[in-house]
Amino acid sequence: MKFLDEYRDYDSVQRMAHEIRRATTGPWTIMEVCGGQTYTIVKSGLQELLPSLITLVHGPGCPVCVTPVAMIDRAVATALLPHVILCSFGDMLRVPGSTQSLLDAKSLGADVRIVYSPLDALQLARSNPAREVVFFAVGFETTAPANAMAVWQAAREGHSNFSMLVSHVLVPPAMEAVLAAPQCRVQAFLAAGHACMVTGYQEYCSISRKYRVPIVVTGFEPLDLLEGVLMLVSQLEAGSADVENQYTRAVQKEGNRRAQARVAEVFEVTHRAWRGIGEIPASGLRLRDHYRGMDAEARFGIHLEDASEPSECIAGLVLQGLRRPYDCPAFAIRCTPEAPLGAPMVSSEGACAAYFHFGRKKHDVDSLVSLAPADH
Amino acid sequence: MSILSCPLPRPTTERILLAHGGGGRLTNQLIEDVFLPAFSNPALDGRHDGALLAISGARLAMTTDSYVVQPLCFPGGTIGDLAVNGTVNDLAMCGARAIALSAGFILEEGLAMETLRLVVNSMRDAALAANVPIITGDTKVVDRGKGDGIFINTTGIGVVVAPNSIGPELVRMGDAVLVSGDLGAHGIAILSVREGLEFEGPVSSDTASLWPAVEALLEAGIEIHCLRDLTRGGLSSALNEIASVTGLRITIEEARIPVSDIVRGACELLGLDPLYVANEGRFAIFVADEDAARALTILQAQGVSSGAARVGTVYDHRSGIVTLRSRIGGNRVLDMMSGEQLPRIC
Repeated sequence: MKFLDEYRDYDSVQRMAHEIRRATTGPWTIMEVCGGQTYTIVKSGLQELLPSLITLVHGPGCPVCVTPVAMIDRAVATALLPHVILCSFGDMLRVPGSTQSLLDAKSLGADVRIVYSPLDALQLARSNPAREVVFFAVGFETTAPANAMAVWQAAREGHSNFSMLVSHVLVPPAMEAVLAAPQCRVQAFLAAGHACMVTGYQEYCSISRKYRVPIVVTGFEPLDLLEGVLMLVSQLEAGSADVENQYTRAVQKEGNRRAQARVAEVFEVTHRAWRGIGEIPASGLRLRDHYRGMDAEARFGIHLEDASEPSECIAGLVLQGLRRPYDCPAFAIRCTPEAPLGAPMVSSEGACAAYFHFGRKKHDVDSLVSLAPADH
Repeated sequence: MSILSCPLPRPTTERILLAHGGGGRLTNQLIEDVFLPAFSNPALDGRHDGALLAISGARLAMTTDSYVVQPLCFPGGTIGDLAVNGTVNDLAMCGARAIALSAGFILEEGLAMETLRLVVNSMRDAALAANVPIITGDTKVVDRGKGDGIFINTTGIGVVVAPNSIGPELVRMGDAVLVSGDLGAHGIAILSVREGLEFEGPVSSDTASLWPAVEALLEAGIEIHCLRDLTRGGLSSALNEIASVTGLRITIEEARIPVSDIVRGACELLGLDPLYVANEGRFAIFVADEDAARALTILQAQGVSSGAARVGTVYDHRSGIVTLRSRIGGNRVLDMMSGEQLPRIC
């Protein structure tokens, strides 16, 4: 399949891995920021192709994982209101709140629907004028333009039954939070290509300078990730700390200006709490005053006690790359995708779920490396 | 704390979730926690697609299945096709030729008669194609809003044709794992209609009777070790069930698994994995390594299994897991599906 197979080609991947092995002398710890990259790495067994001197740690770039418990609780409470249709991306449905997930709410009779785009939710608002349609707007810079577009269109068409529960977050402040942590061991970043497609990567230059870390804007296919690692290793070995772009087929330095303009018109920067990490200043988006009427939290007046997370869950440490999923005593025992304690066990992009599905336990991960290839 | 000393607690939910019917881990839990303890007997405990019975010397197989798909009509078939083929296939997986079906209908008040006729006609056609009569039936009508148009249950009785028993317990180290064709078309066809998604080309359900393929293998004297249709939960769940029952390790190679470009593209777009997507006309075959090439040739000569391929091998690591060698040469565990597959955000 065009635009996929060439980035998953066995020979090209093996060649790139060989280049990396040749270029690496020091032990290096590299964080891939985005959950989509974690998914590819674990799903394709990429770590196995890298020299043992390179450690990949999985960053906080999974929107499902960093949406706080309190926000899930608000979504559940909103979904349970009469006349409400709550629309969400699929993988938010299983995330546990303090007592219930949206799937639980659905089994109690709430009208919860999976949509593929916020514009589908807007379409539901058009065709159900007697119902309140609420879109659960989570995600990073990648999903913000479409969400802004839905709000803008709803306002223009005057659909007063459409609103959004906004829990948008931003990548660069999270990278800074990781770097500012005293126990931080991340030496370089594979930045999230799709978020940069929208924002460009000028903002990353100041982070790179301030913390002296190399950052490579990277794509999501195995060959992209390996090339990104090679670019980082070359910088690390040479002692440089620059921002480079591996994902040139999609990302330009200034990003998508029209998308940025639409986002800026509808949203403004705000503080946000991150699940497992806590509040990070200026790390999220909320609706501007002009669109505040479409803020579901204000519209339905849902006020809940701030919820706490299960004390055993070490999601925050996992998301900051300080611990591995299998370092958690609850991993695969008291915390599984069916009964998750924390969000990284929910989404296929979550580090814990990725390890559970594709590697399960440290023992399995280790034993896989020694497997003989199927010999037929 | 040692993992071994701590028995895995069963995550229990207080209510039935949709995922309990999804064919993955929760479905298994439901069977193990609720149904098996209540009904346990030797025929049931085998947990095959159908139960085997010996009655006055005749070797029979019996199976039942309920069909609740939405939409009722989709590219490549209707709920009626599934109701016939699904039950015929469950019998075929026991090495049995279907000889009679029953059909129970639960209809919702207000259902268009035209829709019912369409579904019933497709059942007739599928039954004719599979050469099996529908010999008894039942109809109930429920209040509007208490059903979903049409629910169908079919029960099938078959005559076991396979000379030897067929089942996971016969799977041996070194066995070849074959699949009968490209994976995921049924699930993606349903999804495309249900969600109003359009792809580069039409995707049609693969619903079909698998008996001609199984019969051809048996007639050629191939010693079949195990058969499994790849319905809910897809190839991954079927292989995991067999690996966990036998304790053997099954290894498959991503590059050898047939998936059409359209299904692959749709899965990439939606964040789904074709190895977990449901099929209604595909099955996995376990045969000894030395029989694999001949079995493949026989399968490829049958219309329903013309896209058959060898995808993997059984190894004697006593681990009970399924591993996948990725296209780029990495290895990973291929787990059973947890709950339903949910489309990813980005």
